Amino acid sequence: MIDYAFPGLLNYWIVFLLMMIGLYIVIAHENLIKKIVGLNVFQVSVFVFYISMAKIKGGTAPILADSIEVYSNPLPHVLILTAIVVGVATTALGLALVVRIQESYDTIEDDEIRDIEERSD
Amino acid sequence: MTAETLVLLALGVPFLGGLSVLFSGPGSANVRDGLTVITSIILFCIVWQLIQIVDAGGRPTVTLLQMIPGLSLTLSLEPLGMIFAGVASFLWIVTSFYAFGYMRGHHEANQTRFFFCFAIAIMSALGIAFSGNMLTLFVFYEVLTISTFPLVTHSGTDEARRAGRVYLGILLGTSVTFLLTAMIWTYVEAGTLDFQKGGILEGNAPAGVIAILFGLYIYGIGKAALMPFHRWLPAAMVAPTPVSALLHAVAVVKAGVFSVVKVSVFIFGLDTLRDTGASTWLAYVAAITILLSSIIAMRQDNLKARLAYSTISQLSYVVLGAMLASNIGAMGSTMHIVMHAFGKITLFFCAGAIIVFAHKTEISDMHGLGRKMPVTFFCFFVASLSIIGLPPLGGVWSKWYIALAAAETDQIIFIAVLMISSLLNIAYLMPLVLYGYFGKEKPADTHSHGDDHSHHHAPPNHSMLKHLTFGRPGIAEAPIMCLAPIVLTTIGCFALFFYADRIRLFLTPVFGG
Amino acid sequence: MTFLSLNMSVLAVIVPLMAAPICVLLRHSGLAWAWATAIAGITFVLSIGLLQHIMANGTLVYEMGGWDGPWGIVYHIDEVSALVVMIVAAIAAVVMPYAKLSIEREIPKERHYLVYCMFLLCMAGLIGMAVTGDAFNLFVFLEVSSLSSYVLISLGNDRRALTASLRYLIIGTLGATFYVIGLGMIYMMTGSLNMTDLATSLPEVQDTQTIHVAFAFVIIGFGLKLALFPLHIWLPNAYTYAPSAVTAFLAATATKVAVYAMLRLIYTVFGDVNPFETYGLRGVMIALALLGMFAGSLLAIFQTNVKRLLAYSSIAQVGYMVLGISIGNAIALEGGIIHMFNHALMKGGLFMAMGCVFYMVGSTDLKDMAGMGKRMPLTAAAFVIGGFALVGTPLTVGFISKFYLVQGALAEGWWPIAFMIMFASLLAVIYVWRVVEVMYFQKPADGDLSYNEAPIAMLIPTYVLIGAAVYFGTDATLTSEISLNAAQTLLGGSK
Repeated sequence: MIDYAFPGLLNYWIVFLLMMIGLYIVIAHENLIKKIVGLNVFQVSVFVFYISMAKIKGGTAPILADSIEVYSNPLPHVLILTAIVVGVATTALGLALVVRIQESYDTIEDDEIRDIEERSD
Repeated sequence: MTAETLVLLALGVPFLGGLSVLFSGPGSANVRDGLTVITSIILFCIVWQLIQIVDAGGRPTVTLLQMIPGLSLTLSLEPLGMIFAGVASFLWIVTSFYAFGYMRGHHEANQTRFFFCFAIAIMSALGIAFSGNMLTLFVFYEVLTISTFPLVTHSGTDEARRAGRVYLGILLGTSVTFLLTAMIWTYVEAGTLDFQKGGILEGNAPAGVIAILFGLYIYGIGKAALMPFHRWLPAAMVAPTPVSALLHAVAVVKAGVFSVVKVSVFIFGLDTLRDTGASTWLAYVAAITILLSSIIAMRQDNLKARLAYSTISQLSYVVLGAMLASNIGAMGSTMHIVMHAFGKITLFFCAGAIIVFAHKTEISDMHGLGRKMPVTFFCFFVASLSIIGLPPLGGVWSKWYIALAAAETDQIIFIAVLMISSLLNIAYLMPLVLYGYFGKEKPADTHSHGDDHSHHHAPPNHSMLKHLTFGRPGIAEAPIMCLAPIVLTTIGCFALFFYADRIRLFLTPVFGG
Repeated sequence: MTFLSLNMSVLAVIVPLMAAPICVLLRHSGLAWAWATAIAGITFVLSIGLLQHIMANGTLVYEMGGWDGPWGIVYHIDEVSALVVMIVAAIAAVVMPYAKLSIEREIPKERHYLVYCMFLLCMAGLIGMAVTGDAFNLFVFLEVSSLSSYVLISLGNDRRALTASLRYLIIGTLGATFYVIGLGMIYMMTGSLNMTDLATSLPEVQDTQTIHVAFAFVIIGFGLKLALFPLHIWLPNAYTYAPSAVTAFLAATATKVAVYAMLRLIYTVFGDVNPFETYGLRGVMIALALLGMFAGSLLAIFQTNVKRLLAYSSIAQVGYMVLGISIGNAIALEGGIIHMFNHALMKGGLFMAMGCVFYMVGSTDLKDMAGMGKRMPLTAAAFVIGGFALVGTPLTVGFISKFYLVQGALAEGWWPIAFMIMFASLLAVIYVWRVVEVMYFQKPADGDLSYNEAPIAMLIPTYVLIGAAVYFGTDATLTSEISLNAAQTLLGGSK
């Protein structure tokens, strides 16, 4: 059983490990770049999650051929393609914002920015 | 002209009058004052016509607009509302005259805004009087609150603004939390908000719900100033005296108690109230309010504050009459709306005359003033007697009916309350008259006049604003523009003693013989 | 005409989506504005047609590219969707004419065309969220609208707009990703992403742990987007520092669409599961809604910036909507839905009034409101009327919403909730009154009381919304009919 359960669910363990690491980075780090990296890790974990669930043991890519009986589900791949695009856009926008923040605050540390904002209130 | 058109006109005239005042511009004080007087007279004529129609059995109904099916703004006339409308519109004429004398004599600023808001307040009072369902009443009730706010804060001082917050806070607060909830709850239980004789809740809601709802309504109508939601009324006394006189002795507070009577009679039905006993505890609250506020009134040295607490006490007479849940009691309540209106407006007019033309606000400063202003003090005396409830003045009848109702419902304790209250009335109203006539005048103390002193010395340049001396030395009576209204309402107090039965007859369709 | 009526649902998304890049090609500020305004107008007309069509013919299902569900992506439009589409398009059509002057004042000229481009994208995303019948497609449109709104917010002329935008981006992305995680689990269990299909297959697996977790992820994901208390922290700064026109648009639409998505999930996707009972969601949601109503209103009372005050008020108002959703009977639901429309009108109008002030004064601080009753009487009056609506005074839309919500609560016998709704409106009185008092009773520091009203081109759109807030408060026959139908359609799904 162990032999089956552990490797079979390994992907999901990794997914959740990555997810928590990503979430932790977003919450705990003050550096805005690191926050965005954390966000990326978090998103990537979801990509892995979708890809894993589509995989069927012994299944191949869904291309019609005579010798193949079992196919992996192609739909999650498609979904994740979309999600990756969204993720890239988000990262790009986030980094652009960080650049602008660096220009106007001279720092990308969130705690320092908060200090500056509180002082200016 | 159909009765329906007249109903619309009754609301339209003060509104248009107010608008025309607003657009007549600040420079033309005479035009503005003329407009106000004409508007008030036209309005009274219209209301008088409507009273005739209602007396003849007509019940004109107008639907202003339909919000959603089953929920509309509807005006529907009946005798109870006409009494209130008649009083408010008649006293508006008197107050209009009085206000010119007062406002000019007092050199108030922003008089245009003052008269505009005043007109809107009268319009909403009439809207309350005419309302055909609870929603309409509620809408006009709120308009009245909001339109009187600028009047309360008229002077714009910090004190006025603080008072304005109390005023708005209590009146809006109670109406939004309690009254609105009660209204929607009624809608859920009864499926309608229309005022119907005998009530709409009977058989539609369990007794427990009726009791809770009734409490919500009575406390939701903060304008009835039932303790502990009475603080707004003394606070509102920072307003110019005509406002205190017409609005906080007549239109606003009477709108409150009128709503209480209206809700008791037309939403719950007096029979339902009696059967469920929902109103009994509120009768005690009213009794406590009567006594407590009389006692507080005795301790007020500021004349207007004393009158304000007296008003709170008198308003609870009306509430008490309704809470006794008998036809006679409700009849007494309705009559008290009229009787007290005439009595209290006279008292406030007198107070205003004293403030503006003798520059005294504290009762302890008024010793000997009666010799200087004999007519004013005499009128004050007569009106006090009416408030106390002595014949031959109108005030006696309403107390009589309420006491009768207490006897009829075997609640003798309330008769005792009424008697004690009359004694207290004597105790807080008579000293002013006594000291006024017989007290020794204090040496002139420049500090006691405060800031008022600085600007009153500019002599009024209008012939109608000059002090009346009647050709005798030592007399400096208020000018004719102020004095005439005072005398008129005092005569009204007398007249009401003789016409009380006419009012009873007029109300017969609502309360039975 | 048949082509139009058949494809209206798609056109309402496609038109702004395709039009957006053209703004970039146009480059010129005025041209881009004219183009975007025209598109917003066209979309508004389409949305009205769509709403009429739905009201007359019932739910419309449109299969993209002729692939029928559950494999193809379908657009599934019922009364609620059509109403939300109409809200978004209407607000956009009113805000666009207003935006020209406002944006010229607040944003450097070389970026104008980008604003209009993002504006159209955001609008397309929001409308897309409302029409789609596919759960993953919902995520895509969510991100389209979110990404464009991050950009729009970051364009505010205060540097704090940048940090506000970035924080919103981080939280918004977390929320959206939560939704995707939940959706993934749902997909694992059911093998479908089509909402109607999910509705039939979910009850079979409703008691599995996977679905429990999935549901939690999905609800929290959208809870973040709609600023459900305590997931609201991104909202105040975002609304405060975004350009005025953007705030007016987003405040009036973005949270409403998120509420709609929540509604869709609870009543359609999980409709047969009845998560309120099965997962004990009702208690939680009602508690959060009430907390939001009170916390939002209380925090609003202590704000010194009027835009921020209104933002906190939005958190409270979202509470009303969520409350209406979670009480669960038809009347309360009707109240929640009608409040989406009503709140869009009043909050849009209020933020636009603040935009007018910002245009003239360059600030929306409370202390700069002094004397506005004299200096900008029309704007101040608009604010007062909008404020009345926020409080829920009769003859304004706010009253209609509260009328239904309280009725809904009382119909369940939950009178304490009815009281709390009223009590929260009382708090609204306080925060509205603070502003009104400063506007009418305080003299400005420099004593300048000269008449200095905002340009007519900004006042007219403001008054269109404020006027609508009064009109639909005096005659709510139409809106209540639409939302009653919508509520019944939604509840019909759960039986």
